[in-house]
Amino acid sequence: MSKRNNNPMLPCWEKPLLLLASGLWVLALLLAGLAPARADALADALNPLPTVAMADMEQAIGKLAQVQDPRVGGVLKALLEARLFYVKESKRVVFADPKDDGFKLTDALTGEALGEVGRFDVKKIPITNALRTVLNSAIAKLELTAPDAKQRLKAVESIIQNPNPEALALLTKQVGQEPDNTVREAIQVALSLADLSGSDKTLRVQAIHALEGNLNQEVRNRLTALQEKTETGDFIEPDSDIRNLAAVALKKIQLKLEMNRLGEMLFFGLSLGAVLVLAAIGLAITFGVMGVINMAHGELMMIGAYTTYVVQLLMPNAIDYSLFVAIPAAFVITALVGIGIERGIIRFLYGRPLETLLATFGLSLVLQQLVRSIFSPLNRSVSTPSWMSGSLEINSALSLTLNRFYIILFSLLVFWGLLMILKKTRLGLEVRAVAQNRAMAKAMGIRTDWVDAMTFGLGSGIAGVAGVALSQLTNVGPNLGQAYIVDSFMVVVFGGVGNLWGTLVGGLTLGVADKILEPYVGTVLAKILMLIFIILFIQKRPRGLFPQKGRAAEG
Amino acid sequence: MKSFRSIGNLLATATLWLLSSLLSTTALAEETIKVGILHSLSGTMAISETTLKDTMLMLIEEQNKKGGLLGKKLEAVVVDPGSNWPLFAEKARELLQKNKVAAIFGCWTSVSRKSVLPVLEELNGLLFYPVQYEGEESSKNVFYTGAAPNQQAIPAVDYLMNDLGVKRWVLAGTDYVYPRTTNKILEAYLKSKGVKDKDIMINYTPFGHSDWQSIVADIKKFGTAGKKTAVVSTINGDANVPFYKELGNQGITADKLPVVAFSVGEEELSGIDTKPLVGHLAAWNYFMSVDTKENAEFIKKWHEFIKNPKRVTNDPMEAHYIGFNMWVKAVQKAGTTDTDAVAKAMIGIEFPNLTGGVAKMNKAHHLSKPVLIGEIQDDGQFQTVWQTKGLVDGDAWSDFLPESKVIIADWTPPINCGNYNTKTKKCSGQKY
Repeated sequence: MSKRNNNPMLPCWEKPLLLLASGLWVLALLLAGLAPARADALADALNPLPTVAMADMEQAIGKLAQVQDPRVGGVLKALLEARLFYVKESKRVVFADPKDDGFKLTDALTGEALGEVGRFDVKKIPITNALRTVLNSAIAKLELTAPDAKQRLKAVESIIQNPNPEALALLTKQVGQEPDNTVREAIQVALSLADLSGSDKTLRVQAIHALEGNLNQEVRNRLTALQEKTETGDFIEPDSDIRNLAAVALKKIQLKLEMNRLGEMLFFGLSLGAVLVLAAIGLAITFGVMGVINMAHGELMMIGAYTTYVVQLLMPNAIDYSLFVAIPAAFVITALVGIGIERGIIRFLYGRPLETLLATFGLSLVLQQLVRSIFSPLNRSVSTPSWMSGSLEINSALSLTLNRFYIILFSLLVFWGLLMILKKTRLGLEVRAVAQNRAMAKAMGIRTDWVDAMTFGLGSGIAGVAGVALSQLTNVGPNLGQAYIVDSFMVVVFGGVGNLWGTLVGGLTLGVADKILEPYVGTVLAKILMLIFIILFIQKRPRGLFPQKGRAAEG
Repeated sequence: MKSFRSIGNLLATATLWLLSSLLSTTALAEETIKVGILHSLSGTMAISETTLKDTMLMLIEEQNKKGGLLGKKLEAVVVDPGSNWPLFAEKARELLQKNKVAAIFGCWTSVSRKSVLPVLEELNGLLFYPVQYEGEESSKNVFYTGAAPNQQAIPAVDYLMNDLGVKRWVLAGTDYVYPRTTNKILEAYLKSKGVKDKDIMINYTPFGHSDWQSIVADIKKFGTAGKKTAVVSTINGDANVPFYKELGNQGITADKLPVVAFSVGEEELSGIDTKPLVGHLAAWNYFMSVDTKENAEFIKKWHEFIKNPKRVTNDPMEAHYIGFNMWVKAVQKAGTTDTDAVAKAMIGIEFPNLTGGVAKMNKAHHLSKPVLIGEIQDDGQFQTVWQTKGLVDGDAWSDFLPESKVIIADWTPPINCGNYNTKTKKCSGQKY
């Protein structure tokens, strides 16, 4: 520079221009140097992941989380969700999404699509539970400023569980500018909890007042911790004012919790009841209306559940919609099987209950073995659609699991549909007519044979639909039916043979009663007590809750 | 001369014929050594036991390719006790008396083993039992190739306590002998480590339980009281799927409340959607994912034999693999298939594990094996997160129960007893 300055050949006005130009050039160089440096920082942190030892993994993740790059969040999430793989040959880190029998790869650094590979060409970067905790808190820090309020709420909740000064500082900054009410409240809880563990008494008192009645689990734990004693019998918390205040706040929380627990128990009971109703309602038709003791009823449910499995096999890319296909498919298939059973076996045995019982029991064994031969004795895996997994959060202490919630709705819907069929359609009219007085119905020109077959088909179809619902709750295997047959008969007998309303009320009552008993006496004893109760009840009222009245009851 | 020659001819043919017929009868009677396979192929336990029958057939086929045993071919005799416990005893009697098998490989549930025991002792047969069990037993006629509680439950609890800092414990199990005994041992062990009563919750459910809502809600309530909590699960069979599903639905993830299971292996996971289970733990002596040469070879052979590259391998299969090969070695060492001679030769026999290291049959008829703890991955496999430094010696009688603390099993002279009280220096007389 000095040389140039001294150059007498240059006109004076050119000097600043030259300076400017050289300055620009340096800036450009700097920028050019900076950009790859930024990308390299991520690459530097990411590329060793395939080779790093399990023990050093935590450090490697910490390094990765420190990198200032918008792509870090995506990489950390992929690692948490087990989507981060590496190519075995090149050790290149990639996102992998399952496709057919292999994976579809995307480069983790550049986002470049790398096509599909077989499942043995790539290997997952392994993580453990300890690393999951690390990842969760790293992601929480990054997501505090996410545009989606739900993501922010999740981030704040994660910080409440694992507070650290760095994250709390971020929260203090965030609280003023948080637009969403729920998120702001959550942030305030986090800050109050931080105040509570501080040393400033006025702040602590304020914090306790702010936390009063809050149902968050962490709040409850911290307040309880304030009441605890050391082994020598002294309180851990020396300040008695704080202790007493905390005790009052805790009492309020406990009261609210009790209410929530009651709600939860009712929900559990209703959902168990709904399953019982679903399982029993088909039987209410075949056993209740037709008087056929069908021991293969459980196996019809099993066929419905296997139909769901097959439907999911046929449409592996649309699991979310599979149930909407499976429900009608299961209805049609089991109804046809049911009609087959009625035409092939049961119609020869009307009026001979003992023989019907034995024949259908034999049939149930045949169906089970058939399924074992076709699908193997192992249980089959039926996926839960994403809209049915997880839970509906009412508040932090009460959340209702979505699959149970939908099944309650579904069972009410099935009940209503069946009621409508029996009340409003011609088939329903004929079914009721035949059930009341077969000979008279025949004289009126009703084809009783056909009605019998249709009624049995209807009951079987409903069993198939119940099987679809059960596939979402329990194992789909050859023994599925056996587990529900006894319960189904219990509900029908308790509710009153031949009465759909009885089945509904009976099923729900038994479900709720079982769930009320369970916490006190345990699962096994609760079941025994229910059975004893029903036996005694039947002694007193042999025709169940809602007995049929009039002449029909005599026949 | 002519007549003489013809007499000579006649004599020669007669001798030849006699000799050949004698040879053929001995060949007929002695050409095979029979091996009994006593696993349920129908009923509820068929899920798990069918695989073990296939494993045994594979092992026997392989041994025959190597030239059999003592110069004879092995012959598998498969019977189906149909998940019916008393039928196990009848079938064992049939195997020993009618088929005269040299050894039986079989049983899964403890109740089936208990039902076979008296028959074995009466007819002096040999049983190789490949499944993890509750201990408190050692019979002269049984070799236990699965894990005793100190080879599975105790190390798992140690791992949770020391590595994960767990302070509160839920012991959840199916209501029968194995979970009840294991939980009794675990409870005593936890108390000896200073865990208080209020920090232990015990829960039993029936076989095939499917409505886990309120139990999981209870576990959640118990587990969110501030201290780190873990569930030790001895839940068996079908009930596991709805249990894990409910855990997932109620938002209990493995990083908050890990579940360590003793009855969930690769085979059980292959029938379910493993997404909600990722990160939960299991303790076994073998995982399919363990990267050793022996294991890769075993898996390859299994896939070739079963003609399905998607089938998994599991811990009881390894137990049969070790048990069978040990029996082969013992028979070769004894030079006979006689029960007493083989049983004597068995003690001290060593055979390589599939997971590296060498298993050894100890004096109590239990194996010394390594213990592995793995986290469930989304592909239904386990990732080993912890493993014992060396081998753990299978202990028939738990050291953590006051009544069995003083009892040892030792099938070598001078003790020669499966239930020997070290204090009173007496053998209880009970044979098992």
